[in-house]
Amino acid sequence: MWSELVVTPLFGVALTLVVYLLAQHLYRRVGSVWANPVLVSIVTIILLLKGSGVEYRDYARGGDIILFLLGPSVVALAVPLYQRREEIWQRKRPILIGIFAGSLASIFSACGLAWILGGSREIILSLAPKSVTTPIAISIVEKIGGVAPLTAAIVVLTGCLGAVCGPEFCRRIGVTSPVATGLAVGTAAHGVGTARMFEVDRLSGAVAGLAIGLNGLMTTFLLPILMAFSGF
Amino acid sequence: MVRGLTLLLLFQFCGEFISRMLDLPIPGNVLGMGLLLLGLMTNLVDIKWLEEAAELLLANMALFFVPAGVGVMVYGDLIAAEWLPISVATILSTFVVMAVTGKLAQKLETPEQDDVE
Repeated sequence: MWSELVVTPLFGVALTLVVYLLAQHLYRRVGSVWANPVLVSIVTIILLLKGSGVEYRDYARGGDIILFLLGPSVVALAVPLYQRREEIWQRKRPILIGIFAGSLASIFSACGLAWILGGSREIILSLAPKSVTTPIAISIVEKIGGVAPLTAAIVVLTGCLGAVCGPEFCRRIGVTSPVATGLAVGTAAHGVGTARMFEVDRLSGAVAGLAIGLNGLMTTFLLPILMAFSGF
Repeated sequence: MVRGLTLLLLFQFCGEFISRMLDLPIPGNVLGMGLLLLGLMTNLVDIKWLEEAAELLLANMALFFVPAGVGVMVYGDLIAAEWLPISVATILSTFVVMAVTGKLAQKLETPEQDDVE
């Protein structure tokens, strides 16, 4: 009976929702950024699946239903952008330059560090679009010759890290403006970071959403150019 | 609510359609965001139709990433094979990007502060 239930979408949906609600509850109780509900939920569900021997593809039947809602959510990012359009338009220069610099910094720091530490060419290329939102990162990596599933995993981990540490890290290095914080976390940690920024401040969330799209675009065009120049 | 969700999905659909038709590197949902922004700016779409649905989705956006994150478990072996360059590059680079973008954007946002200091 159990094995029949596990393969229905109900299992993945219910498991995700229950774990997420408990993780949110824990987050409010503990108050530490490391108790981030997304991170705690991911780790808990992986451990539960491994522990009970349930296959990922069985979980994904339900998981994919929840994941589907990410698509319209990205489209919905246009709403806060429109609502705050005047404040954003006034700051178009810092926004565009900030994202452009972040896009370059991401490519150079990720690839450079992996190269220094003796990473293989495939690993280095797979790391190149790590701050870009998953669907764009995958299409980039397929073009430049990295390992797409590895990139997908790195992108999600980057997102969690940025969401967990981003706002606190920005405050510590003296970045306090809502626009600069939103840009920093949105450029570094794409959608997961953006979701976190909406909890902190709406304007921050709006610019973080803008950074997802623009960083994705810039990285898409920058990477092939940089590779041609460096001969990598 | 239903009207807002329908509109969002329609814009995503248009984005997907254009992305596939023109073989663009930009995914349909990001293109859909751009199209919706265009629709709002040109008053073709009234923000009131969308506010409720957009609010609901954005407030819970973090939840939608959980299944994507669980997918990491499938690639455990791949990550374990070269864990050192992967983890160091991923972690340090994330902080580098936040520092570069945050510091630069804040400096450009408030240029008058340079004169005060």
